[in-house]
Amino acid sequence: MKWSAVPTMAVRALRRNTMRTLLTALGIVIGVGAVITMVGLGEGARSEVEAQVNRLGQNVILVFPGARALGGVSIGGGSSNTLTVEDALALRDEIPEVVAASPEVRSQRVLVYGNRNWRTPVYGQSADYLRIRQWPIESGRMFTEEEVERASLVAVVGQTIVDQLFEGSDPIGETIRVRGLPLTVIGVLAPKGMSLMGSVQDDIVVVPYTTGFQRISGRSHAMVVNVQVYDEGSMDIARVKIIDLLRERHRLAPDQEDDFTVQTQEEVAALATETSRVMTWLLASIAGISLFVGGIGIMNVMLVSVTERTREIGLRLSVGARGRDVLLQFLNESVLLCLLGGTGGILLGLAATRAIARYAGWPALFSMEAMLAAVTVSAAVGLFFGFYPAWKASRLDPIVALRRE
Amino acid sequence: MSLIRLTGVTRVYRSESLAVRALRGIDLAVEAGEFVAIMGASGSGKSTLMNILGCLDRPTTGSYILDGEDVATVPRDRLAQIRNRGLGFVFQNFHLLPRTSALENVELPLLYSDEPLSWSEIHDRARAALEMLGLGDRTGHTPAELSGGQQQRVAIARALVTQPRLILADEPTGNLDSRTSLEIMDVFQRLNGEGYSILMVTHEPDMARFASRIIVLRDGLIRTDRRIEPRSAADAMAHGGDDLDAELEMEIAS
Repeated sequence: MKWSAVPTMAVRALRRNTMRTLLTALGIVIGVGAVITMVGLGEGARSEVEAQVNRLGQNVILVFPGARALGGVSIGGGSSNTLTVEDALALRDEIPEVVAASPEVRSQRVLVYGNRNWRTPVYGQSADYLRIRQWPIESGRMFTEEEVERASLVAVVGQTIVDQLFEGSDPIGETIRVRGLPLTVIGVLAPKGMSLMGSVQDDIVVVPYTTGFQRISGRSHAMVVNVQVYDEGSMDIARVKIIDLLRERHRLAPDQEDDFTVQTQEEVAALATETSRVMTWLLASIAGISLFVGGIGIMNVMLVSVTERTREIGLRLSVGARGRDVLLQFLNESVLLCLLGGTGGILLGLAATRAIARYAGWPALFSMEAMLAAVTVSAAVGLFFGFYPAWKASRLDPIVALRRE
Repeated sequence: MSLIRLTGVTRVYRSESLAVRALRGIDLAVEAGEFVAIMGASGSGKSTLMNILGCLDRPTTGSYILDGEDVATVPRDRLAQIRNRGLGFVFQNFHLLPRTSALENVELPLLYSDEPLSWSEIHDRARAALEMLGLGDRTGHTPAELSGGQQQRVAIARALVTQPRLILADEPTGNLDSRTSLEIMDVFQRLNGEGYSILMVTHEPDMARFASRIIVLRDGLIRTDRRIEPRSAADAMAHGGDDLDAELEMEIAS
């Protein structure tokens, strides 16, 4: 047959019932749009994870209390009390590769300033914490070692605190109250944006750990120790030395397991990347279901169309169309319908990804491959779900088809 | 050599419990250039015969030689090409594609042809067929914009466009008024004059009267088969005529 006539036939058939065509294509628009959005967000999330892991600091090792959980690691567990401030100081003082160690304690507390209050996580850290995290100060200064030793009532606050408690005015020198303690604000952290889990990282108050442990959180043990190593090449040695030193300090017998967990930045990165990858797959699978439902819509409409056009099919068969010509014609229609939906879905997906990414403050990433894949997948959906109706059409008996009213 | 030769053709429809013998042994030869009317009451087997002649159905037993080729046993796809190149169909209810121009309706069989045709050849041949039917100024009209007679002429143009050896018309005037029916008969007579062979199923004796041969079926068998001097449709239109030969009418009705 004349192959170049097939697309025109398909366009004409689809235009004959514009509303139905658009509604059917909408199913594919939503399906493809959802897949593109989820993959785009997943990619954005992954790159954000990488960026955050980098922001964790350079050459950082995290030491958690408690044993390594089977098959994974519990980040920020802090359930066991095995790491002391002295452990952290010993790591810094006795291991030459370790240049900084900050025993961390974290607790949710209500901040009061004037007649305003705001609930926020308060971190107890050492003076070199910001250096470990590579987190710059925007104005004011970080507390000093002396202030840590004296357990001074000073605090460095994040951008959210400035906005919520001080309504954007300069907080430096002002006093906020936490559990009745008056803390003088001495510095403001540079804004960081939203984390992957949707928490606002700028919603933070950092105080000297000496103040943070007893007087604010009421805890005596570190929830994590942030350790910075001299350079990347020393990471492995430092790791071994940290384990040896802590085992010795905790008086663990050789047959006893570690009562702490050492994780390098790379391990955290791998875990976080893996988590975001699983998340991406999960979201994309859910989006894939909506694409599948859209495909069923295509099949349904094509079946209706074949029934409605039985006489047309009979005529085509009687003037010499072969079964495969009819099959091709209807397949072409469903593929065209899906490609129409796929194109709409790409536009919808791009818009949605951009909007969500802007809201969440992540980079919006779309790859050419994802779009090509979307087009290929929608064509495949058209082929798959269009095949049965088209096959049904091609098997019609021309005599019966011509007589159908 | 005959254009059509049926020998001992039967067609039996089987359902679970019973077998219906629609055709019980048809022997028929049609020469090129004939205009044959096939008549018969409903249930006489004329539709079944038409389906077999049109290569839409195959006989249960017997042989069907169309233009030298035994088509009783050829595969489905080959039958489709025979329908495309060798046969032209005209139906009672026209079977034009809705919302599609007359020209594109006529082009349809050419799209399914094995012959490698360029688009300009396809357009030219369809336009020529429409002009032959006096519809040169209606090529862009859709079926809804055409009268019944014009629609049937578009359908005839579609049957002609592949230059088939045989035109099969199934009750072509069944949906038309008598004046328009005469026009269609006039078209058939002119085409017949140009050498086209025509086989027309009709239950109207005054339409059969324009053919050159009348075959009457009853109960799956040919009851009468006679050649007649066809009445001129052009004359009938000129005289407004309802003056069907009373003798013939009685004979057909019997």
